[in-house]
Amino acid sequence: MAMTVRVDIVSAEGAIHSGLATMVYATAEMGEVGIAPRHTAFISRLKPGDVRVENEQGEQEHFYVSGGMLEVQPNVVTVLADTAIRARDLDEAAAMEAKRRAEDALAGQTAKFEYAKAQVELAEAVAQLRAIEKLRKMKGR
Amino acid sequence: MAGAKEIRTKIASIKSTQKITKAMQMVAASKMRKAQERMSASRPYAEKMLQVISHLAKATPEYRHSFMATEREIKRVGYIVVSSDRGLCGGLNSNLLRRLVADVKERQAAGVEPVFCAIGSKALGFFKRFGGQLISQATHLGDKPHIEDLIGTVKVMLDAYEAKEIDAIYIVGNEFVNTMTQRPLIRQLVPIAGEARDPMPYHWDYIYEPDARTVLDALLTRYLESLVYQAVVENSACEQAARMVAMKSASDNAGNLIGELQLVYNKARQSAITQEISEIVSGAAAV
Repeated sequence: MAMTVRVDIVSAEGAIHSGLATMVYATAEMGEVGIAPRHTAFISRLKPGDVRVENEQGEQEHFYVSGGMLEVQPNVVTVLADTAIRARDLDEAAAMEAKRRAEDALAGQTAKFEYAKAQVELAEAVAQLRAIEKLRKMKGR
Repeated sequence: MAGAKEIRTKIASIKSTQKITKAMQMVAASKMRKAQERMSASRPYAEKMLQVISHLAKATPEYRHSFMATEREIKRVGYIVVSSDRGLCGGLNSNLLRRLVADVKERQAAGVEPVFCAIGSKALGFFKRFGGQLISQATHLGDKPHIEDLIGTVKVMLDAYEAKEIDAIYIVGNEFVNTMTQRPLIRQLVPIAGEARDPMPYHWDYIYEPDARTVLDALLTRYLESLVYQAVVENSACEQAARMVAMKSASDNAGNLIGELQLVYNKARQSAITQEISEIVSGAAAV
């Protein structure tokens, strides 16, 4: 029986793959790497590309990852895959966009948080719900 | 029979309302199951990351990232408020915002300024009405929120933290206890709390590519994003559960109303018949 290593490919939105492999190939930040079982502990960022997992039958499975992290321990390989394409500029653009939306939404608003007013209105909403609840109980006996 | 006819139309209209609420209840039930699945699917990623991060933190003690426990005086705090996009889910959002307001008030009394980030239309609407310094927002994430939609929003907060504009970040969202119970919860996001400081039983370290710092930075950002994502997914499960319960009670109420109206209708019909008979009888007697 060939030596195997456990491979987990997970993303923030769910597990993608889990199983045993005799060899794992991935595109690390500084070039393509091949991980055999009992590889020493290793950690690297991944570039967008293929992750290939070779199982005991010698079949290869391909997974595309748009970046992420590769963590290797002697008997387990973990790929923490990104679900989105990440780049500094892209992230920056997304952040600007989020900021702009916030500014648009609050156009002409005061930055002062009127918590007294907020408290009153929220208390009212909750009190209404409670009153309805009570009415129901009385009716339902 | 004029009264009876009115009651009949009323019953018909309540029945159609009941149909709608019942349908909404069933839709919410199936969406809740899916949201719960998403909730558990996102856990392994964050757990694995935390494992790696705590190992890295122990292996390279000389490098402390600013996201990890630092002794900063807290003057301004950031809140990431996770709410639902739609209403009709009972007191879910009201309770959450009430919890937030109480917390903010306490902090303001201590001289700490709050900064907000809204996720979900309900939170945004709240800040629109009541002001508050809102620095970023994301709405209309839908039933299947994606991490891409959150990256920018979270980055604004993290950047503000790194630029020392805020000294701590909290995440405010509902905790899914069970279908009947959702609890508003405020959790500390940054600095990352609860990190084990005990020395490692035996020393081993990773080979880093390109170096420990870059790896740790990338990991931390992703870890925090995944925590926010988890909060969003959990909140969406809460929303569906709360909607299911609210719609169930609405359907029940409609059922009760229909019952009562039916009774009134039957009485009206009966009295109309009785009246008619007595008219006929008295008419016959007169002849």
